[in-house]
Amino acid sequence: MTAALSVDSLWKIFGPRSDKIIGTPDAELSRADLKAKTGNVVGVKDVSFEVAPGEVFVVMGLSGSGKSTLVRLLTRLIEPTAGSVTLGGVDITNASEADLREVRRQKVSMVFQHFGLLPHRQVIDNVAYGLEVRGIAKKERRAKAGEIVDLVGLSGYEKSYPDQLSGGMQQRVGLARALAGDPEMLLFDEPFSALDPLIRRDMQNEVIRLHRELGKTMVFITHDLAEALKLGDRIMILRDGAIVQIGTPDEVVARPADDYVKDFVSEVPKAHVLTLKWVMREPRDGEAMDGPTLPVTTVVRQAARAAIASDAPIRVVDGDTLVGVVDEEDIMRVVVAEEEG
Amino acid sequence: MTATAPAPPRRVEPDAAPPVVEDSGISRWVPAAAVVVLWVVVWAFTRGTDTLDLPSLSRTDLHDRLTEIQNGLLEGRSTNPVMQFTNAIADAFRGTVDWLQRLLSKPAFPRPVPEIGWLGVTALATYVGLVVASWRIAVLVLASFLSFGVLGYWDQSMDTLIIVLISVLLAVVIGMPLAVWIGTNARANAVVTVFLDLMQTMPTFVYLLPIVLFFGIGTSAAVVATLIYALPPIIRIAGFGIREVPATTIEATDSAGQTYWQRLLKVQLPMARKTIIVGLNQTTLAALSMATLASFVDGPGLGKPVLQGLRVNDVGTAFVPGALIVVMAVMLDRTTTAASERSERVARGGGHRNPRLRRVVVAGGAVVALVAVYLSRTYVSLAEFPTYSIGRTISSGVSDVVDAIKDTFGGVTGGLKDGVTEGLLNPVQSVLADSPWYVSFVAIAALALVFGGVRALVITVVCLLGVLWLDLWNDAMVTLNMTLVATVLVMALALVFGVWMARDRRVDLGIRPLLDAGQTIPPFVYLIPVLALFGPGRFTAIVAGIVYAAPAAIKLVADGVKGVSPTTIEAGRSTGQTTWQEITKVQLPMAKGSLVLATNQGLLYVLSMTVIGGLVGAGALGFDVVYGFSRSEAWGKGAAAGLTIVLIGVMLDRITRAASDVRRDDGPGTRRAFSLRLPIGPPGN
Amino acid sequence: MRTTRSRGARLGVLATAAVMVLSACGGGSIDEQTQANEEQAAEGGGECGDLNMAVNPWVGYEASAYVVGTVAQEQLGCTVNYKELKEDVSWQGFGTGEVDVVIEDWGHPDLEKKFFAEEGDGSAEDFGPQGNVGIIGWFVPPWLAEEHPDILDWENLNQYASEFETSESGGKGQFLGADPSYVQFDEAIVSNLDLDFQVVFSGSEAASIEAFRKAEENKEWVIGYWYEPQYFNAEVAMQRVSLPPYEEGCQDDPQDVACDYPETELKKIVGTEWAASDSTAVDLVRNFTWTNEDQNVVAGYIAADGMSPEDAAAKWIEENQDKVDAWLG
Ligand SMILES: Nc1ncnc2c1ncn2[C@@H]1O[C@H](COP(=O)(O)OP(=O)(O)OP(=O)(O)O)[C@@H](O)[C@H]1O
Ligand SMILES: [Mg+2]
Repeated sequence: MTAALSVDSLWKIFGPRSDKIIGTPDAELSRADLKAKTGNVVGVKDVSFEVAPGEVFVVMGLSGSGKSTLVRLLTRLIEPTAGSVTLGGVDITNASEADLREVRRQKVSMVFQHFGLLPHRQVIDNVAYGLEVRGIAKKERRAKAGEIVDLVGLSGYEKSYPDQLSGGMQQRVGLARALAGDPEMLLFDEPFSALDPLIRRDMQNEVIRLHRELGKTMVFITHDLAEALKLGDRIMILRDGAIVQIGTPDEVVARPADDYVKDFVSEVPKAHVLTLKWVMREPRDGEAMDGPTLPVTTVVRQAARAAIASDAPIRVVDGDTLVGVVDEEDIMRVVVAEEEG
Repeated sequence: MTATAPAPPRRVEPDAAPPVVEDSGISRWVPAAAVVVLWVVVWAFTRGTDTLDLPSLSRTDLHDRLTEIQNGLLEGRSTNPVMQFTNAIADAFRGTVDWLQRLLSKPAFPRPVPEIGWLGVTALATYVGLVVASWRIAVLVLASFLSFGVLGYWDQSMDTLIIVLISVLLAVVIGMPLAVWIGTNARANAVVTVFLDLMQTMPTFVYLLPIVLFFGIGTSAAVVATLIYALPPIIRIAGFGIREVPATTIEATDSAGQTYWQRLLKVQLPMARKTIIVGLNQTTLAALSMATLASFVDGPGLGKPVLQGLRVNDVGTAFVPGALIVVMAVMLDRTTTAASERSERVARGGGHRNPRLRRVVVAGGAVVALVAVYLSRTYVSLAEFPTYSIGRTISSGVSDVVDAIKDTFGGVTGGLKDGVTEGLLNPVQSVLADSPWYVSFVAIAALALVFGGVRALVITVVCLLGVLWLDLWNDAMVTLNMTLVATVLVMALALVFGVWMARDRRVDLGIRPLLDAGQTIPPFVYLIPVLALFGPGRFTAIVAGIVYAAPAAIKLVADGVKGVSPTTIEAGRSTGQTTWQEITKVQLPMAKGSLVLATNQGLLYVLSMTVIGGLVGAGALGFDVVYGFSRSEAWGKGAAAGLTIVLIGVMLDRITRAASDVRRDDGPGTRRAFSLRLPIGPPGN
Repeated sequence: MRTTRSRGARLGVLATAAVMVLSACGGGSIDEQTQANEEQAAEGGGECGDLNMAVNPWVGYEASAYVVGTVAQEQLGCTVNYKELKEDVSWQGFGTGEVDVVIEDWGHPDLEKKFFAEEGDGSAEDFGPQGNVGIIGWFVPPWLAEEHPDILDWENLNQYASEFETSESGGKGQFLGADPSYVQFDEAIVSNLDLDFQVVFSGSEAASIEAFRKAEENKEWVIGYWYEPQYFNAEVAMQRVSLPPYEEGCQDDPQDVACDYPETELKKIVGTEWAASDSTAVDLVRNFTWTNEDQNVVAGYIAADGMSPEDAAAKWIEENQDKVDAWLG
């Protein structure tokens, strides 16, 4: 199966004559040095990755690390400096304006941190906007938008104006607007960071639910690691525009690529994230091999009880094959390390 | 498709240098004082030499060459393609205005009255007020129209409305595309803003000279002048509104795959709508004020009787039409504002509590209006407004009051005039104008450097070189002197009244309507009593300039002081400061931006009264413009004087702006807003 | 919907009725008047059409213009458009048809050169004298002439120069110049006669009048450019100071003028095209003449009595129908 999205050596450098920099030694400079030398700012630096259909791909990084820039490059809301993006089989970087518009209309929608709703339009017409620009008749698009409004749980608010809604509800409108065109892929740029924690949790669950129901490919930008771990199938970590690490959530937590990532994940309750894969070991000689069996994907925390209850180490299996063992001490090491950390 | 970058948030780079602490401004006064002292010392030894003084009725070769150009244009007016083009436009305007006049204000022989009489027009206007706004506005419109007739200026009022209407229409047609352009393109904005600045710095009279040349006199000149004057606000403010549409919204809708036109029509224009309406409102009021001035080139309307009042030196004659201009301004302002508010409500579905009643009213009103139109086309008495004596009574009443004031204060005013003239005007003028030109040149440039930095210095030097080239150096210095002295007095008034208004709501409520009226009433009206009190001379011109400029400056200061955050004031009070300390140590320093802006506006307003000063014996550049305007052989000198005024305006504008970094390119109507409300900064603040 | 319509209709009927009542007492049908106008025009023999009358910025001029205009409008049925313009701009208007008549011209050799047929584009022509005689000169208020009779001779001016000093005149005596659009040589005269004076321009007729009036009331020292016919002279009889007498050619070079102003026969100037048209007003303007006294009466109505120019003209016409009849031929 081909990738839903593939990005190859993508660059974005802000500033004058930025296209002259790539390929010169200047391109290797750190962001601060480049800024000092030429006045240009690197937004995205030589980024390549692929996203599979149906996958939730999370991009993480500190403020200023280039996340927003990257996600805008995917639909060319910002013109890339170099590299290529292929989205749903279309070469975005070389697409004509008309083709690009078609892609934006049919294949991909975006949800924004600050919602970007039209204050002069009712909820229903905000949701229908994407359909409207495609030229779909009013009645039809309103009917369709109505369904989506129900889907995101805003029934009854169709005729309200954005400024009459709470932040969380406004973002539901943003979500509905993105869904209305029935795109293959959704892009989220920190959609929930303007919301308070409780609402944010609701909205995250909403996204998980929608993903389950609709199965769309998602690229999700966040600077909140918990959110990344909760939603992501895979996580990509950016720093100063460049990729630091790509991996599954437990990979990232268990094997941070460098200190930057380590710092990032230090606060994470590892027992909640790590699976047995990351704590199991080869059985020692003479160890009892009659303990209970658990699959390798079991999260550490869930294995704890079984480990404490059993004298013998737990046998970790992948399908039917034994891949390692885990005992009480191994598990305690993860949990205690965290509390001390 | 334009790639829209996310609005770059202002981030403090971790390794960036700490922000430069802005110097407090007080330190600037030390080198400034040094420059002035040095100037005075040099002046004491060199005064009277190389002053480039040119007698009032003399001209130089340059002026004659400019006159030749005008003559050439005039002679070639039947062959020169540019003139042909402008003449064709002028004809079109003349035709349109004429047609409307025959409809509303001018009988077409043999018909004894216009096509639609007063009853029909009043009914239609009231109906429009009712439909676009509300009952209250309808009543206001009705009362305004009746006052036009009852006070005896029906035809002139209709003429003024016609000119305003056409000009505003054209301003929208021409201005909106430009607004879209500067609102969506940063480079276009930079370029157009320079032109708008220039247009708005140019005193209105200076337009009239070339306009008459290219568009002839009368209605065509009136429409063109009004249009030019009314154009900047809509371009500027609407452009600002479009530019201010949040980038997120643009991105969000772009990402839905909209086209350029969809973005413009469905996102940018609707979201900038409120600001655009503010621009429209400002444009309308600017048009009204210019339509009045256009009587100088035989533009029809209420300006004519005002000018007539000036001619026979009777303030009463000028007062009534002047007051009607204020009435018209209030009517147009309130109606456009209320209409926009209503349409906002309707767009949000909350228009009417009782839609059925509304339908009845709209339909019934239409019937009544049409019947009224029909009747006014049938009966003479419903077409020609009956004559009432009340207008004359008011005129003579006002004249009597002014006469009484003149008699009472005649002695005091002479002393005041001589005091200010001898004590302030003459000494400063002597330093400015009696120094050798190169001394003044260097000194002014040095002051520009001190207050505005290198950029201001460069612009000042360019402007001064221009003044030098135009051969009116001495007159320019005299005018500069009057402008500076008047502005100092304006700022004194602005500080006193502005602070007072800001600190006491009741004072604000009491004074603001007066200021509004002062900004709307044509300057000629108060020129007459001022002239009567002080006689011809520079002082009279200065007083007129002060009366003209003070309202705007006072409002700016009041709004600026009021804008100081209450938290800061509370914090200050908690330290036990006195009221005086509160004003001088907290409110004024924190309102510094507004103070500088008020100074900037004060300078430009005063400067724009220069030509009016020429009418009351102030001499210098104002006289040169009036002279050039009235004598064909001196046309070139008038044009040179007009350009010199523009150069001085640009110079003062740039120096004050650089001094404060107050940018004027945004925000509706900070300049010459004849608005009844003077919004500073973006609306909704 | 039914109720809507009926209510709307009722409202309409009500309003109609109200306005009917209103108009009943107003009387006068427009159609009838239109017809009457047409008949009158037919009787008058030929159409008058539009008459574009320049109105230059002094009250005497206004008096002449409105008297002729009112006659044209009331008795010939012209549509008179008054154009309030300075002299030069008025002359420019002949070529474009914006101005038909300048009713009081004080002599503009430069403009004649530009617009008369002999040397210029031929858009304007001289229509003969209009009866007024223009006197321009240096004048002082009557009290001054009375207390210092010798001041009426220019040779004695220097000995009084310091008395005329003001805060505007830079240490010399102040000479009050006029509206810059008027013909004037005072700066040259002052310097060529070695007078210790500085010309300060009042800027407008109104400003000069205000200055003279105040001077007479408060016995202030004022000398300035002034002229006749001028209604103000009836209120304050300004006294003329004699300058070296005018001789042919002494004002040819503006820089060298050192003589008094000449007496001028004021002329009518008209647009050539209009003069050739068959407008009935052409003959009226051709025949129009009156005296300085006549003009001063009308100007006085306007400026001193505060009448509108139309009313002032109508009043004079009523009082002097015989003179008017002579113009109508
Ligand atoms: N239009 C622009 N011009 C110049 N520099 C820009 C522009 N847009 C972004 N940048 C710079 O590019 C870098 C990446 O910005 P970006 O907005 O992509 O960061 P981010 O990871 O989304 O941060 P945040 O979490 O704060 O949203 C920043 O240093 C920023 O200053
Ligand atoms: Mg971002």
